[in-house]
Amino acid sequence: MAKPITYYLRKDKMPHIWCEGCGHGIVLGAVLRAIDSLELDKNNVCVVSGIGCASRAPGYLDFDTLHTTHGRALAFATGIKMMKPKLNVIVLAGDGDLAAIGGNHLIHAARRNINLTTVCFNNSIYGMTSGQYSPMTPTGKMATTAPYGHIEEPFDLCDLVFAAGASFVGRGATYHARPLSRLIAKAISTDGFAFVEAISQCPTYFGRRNKMRNALAMLDWQKEHAVTTKAASKLSPEELADKFVIGELGTRTRPEYTKRYEDIIAAAAKETDDNV
Amino acid sequence: MHSKTDTRLMQGNEACAEGAIAAGMRFFAGYPITPSTEIAEELAALLPKVGGKFLQMEDEIASISAVIGASLTGAKSMTATSGPGFSLKQESIGFAAIAEIPCVIVNVMRAGPSTGVPTAPSQADVMQARWGTHGDHPVVVLCPTSVAETYTLIVEAFNISERWRIPVIFLMDEVIAHMREKVTIPDSSQLRIVDRARPTCKPEDYLPFDADAGDGVVPPMADFGTGYRYHLTGLTHDKTGFPTGKRPEVDTLIRRLYSKMDKAKQEVTFVDEVLIEDADVAVFAYGITARAGAKAVRDARAEGISAGLVRTKTLWPFPDEHVERIASTVRAIVVPEMNMGQLVHEVERASKGKTKVVSLTRVDAEPISPDEILSALKEV
Amino acid sequence: MQRSGNAGPAVNSRPVIVNDRWCKGCDICVVFCPKKVLERPEGGKAQVVRGEDCTRCGICEMMCPDFAITLVPAGDKMESRFGRLGGNADA
Repeated sequence: MAKPITYYLRKDKMPHIWCEGCGHGIVLGAVLRAIDSLELDKNNVCVVSGIGCASRAPGYLDFDTLHTTHGRALAFATGIKMMKPKLNVIVLAGDGDLAAIGGNHLIHAARRNINLTTVCFNNSIYGMTSGQYSPMTPTGKMATTAPYGHIEEPFDLCDLVFAAGASFVGRGATYHARPLSRLIAKAISTDGFAFVEAISQCPTYFGRRNKMRNALAMLDWQKEHAVTTKAASKLSPEELADKFVIGELGTRTRPEYTKRYEDIIAAAAKETDDNV
Repeated sequence: MHSKTDTRLMQGNEACAEGAIAAGMRFFAGYPITPSTEIAEELAALLPKVGGKFLQMEDEIASISAVIGASLTGAKSMTATSGPGFSLKQESIGFAAIAEIPCVIVNVMRAGPSTGVPTAPSQADVMQARWGTHGDHPVVVLCPTSVAETYTLIVEAFNISERWRIPVIFLMDEVIAHMREKVTIPDSSQLRIVDRARPTCKPEDYLPFDADAGDGVVPPMADFGTGYRYHLTGLTHDKTGFPTGKRPEVDTLIRRLYSKMDKAKQEVTFVDEVLIEDADVAVFAYGITARAGAKAVRDARAEGISAGLVRTKTLWPFPDEHVERIASTVRAIVVPEMNMGQLVHEVERASKGKTKVVSLTRVDAEPISPDEILSALKEV
Repeated sequence: MQRSGNAGPAVNSRPVIVNDRWCKGCDICVVFCPKKVLERPEGGKAQVVRGEDCTRCGICEMMCPDFAITLVPAGDKMESRFGRLGGNADA
């Protein structure tokens, strides 16, 4: 039976740090509802984060929680998962944390296909440091470090992570909080590297600098620009140009890393037997 | 494990790997780098045989980060590298210091700076080992002087790391790492093994960073996945582990962490004094240079010079008391180092002007020879 | 958790509870509620004003960034936590 969402929170630490209307609380709610829908035992969930707005999430969660260094959440999480494969290890971090400084760890964790669920709180900005552009900031947008308009192209993070070898990749958005939660539940259930990009509004820095003065305006933008995978398949590239696709974007079955390591342990044991 | 003591010809890196396993190390993450790679190669083969796990990560930052993650599950964890990788690991070493996570970082020193002479020895990372990561942080730095000692001293490194919940840097140099020596491997029953203190309270009463629940300095540490459900962060934090910026709490945390070096000093200081009682001049040395120092002292004695050797295996916290006492009994202390003079400044500080301190430097990628030390002893 | 009565479809004047210590007044719940059950006074926190119109769709709880809204389960007929599916587009 579904528990009240506050069952998963360290209530004495609330209210949380995120700004009024910030989407991160909605994404976190989707994460907790996914955990609840899978009826995971709180003693068997470990949440790891890096540095940035999104990475403050674990402090509020009643699990084993670890707030690490900028960009390195996945590397810390890999160590935890290797030594306790039965633990559900979930990484929550922002787009700057995962795709900029943490990019190397992101593609290697996907290549290894270690059973970690990663939710990228993508607000396309560095919020904690108040408004610099990130690898996910769309071209032309304004930021404190793009005062003349951003000239770079953002990653297609889902394509990148899927190409690197992930078993599950999907994108959701705060406007569609319920499907986002189902996507995250599917990611957690995947036995391999699972990645969900969650489009999340940052009214304080991204919105204010880009003519969307509050969360409602930004959520409205999501509503107008999100297309489901089904709908997208019927649209031309031109029609898709300023849209973003939500839903399951990539799945495959590959051996999971901690299980493959069991083969090494078996081989090592056999070698010892042969020598005895 | 070695039930009976056996004697083998071992490489320094090999002794480091096997000693770590004897200490209970069950997780290694590393990245190839000369001259430490043999440690990773050894452990890739040995760890799976003892229920441990080995990971070659995408870079040195990922390696130390995975080590810290593994340690949080209760596993004794280690990484190994050399100068360039050691520089990359500094930020996460600082995380281990503030979040009090036991781990051992082996740095096999090679001639630097930067790429330097990758296959040549050096002792020039001594200050980096102490101050490489930013901010006031505690750290213990050990440095073996032989292959046999590498085996036993790495066990101490893990004991210290577990007892004090502190990152321990194990500074080898390329000579110790690559030379082979006869080693009598101690029976595992002879080894003192220390494990971190775990909480005994009920999970709901657990305050992860309340040192009073421990000995006043080191809080008991729960393993992830055992129902204690606590938080760790690199931000300054309160007793619950949650971030705080309240000035008194920041001050209390920093001073408690930093005090570990003083409180641990007695227990973590390993210094040999050879022929010091009647010495007129002394050699203060560490690592492979201490071997040359021992020979120089013997040669000096043979020539009628009453020389003595101070061989320290603990670089930080620096053994002030030993140096201050000896400084008041000898005319001079010669400090040979394969660097431009680093620990010599600590010897000068600790001597408090009671004796002459002579820095002998060598930075041409070759070890210091006994004759060089002998001639320095003659000139003082 | 407030327990409403068990006679028939419980008409509950307070089907959702707003934690005004956690609410930051972002208006998402007010705008997203399909039945306009919630309102927020200038400079104040969200409030239930037309509780009787609430269909327990759960959008307000789902969309609240601050975990400040809790849906009160209806009577003893334990509907799923999210009431009837509906509201925003289910992709």
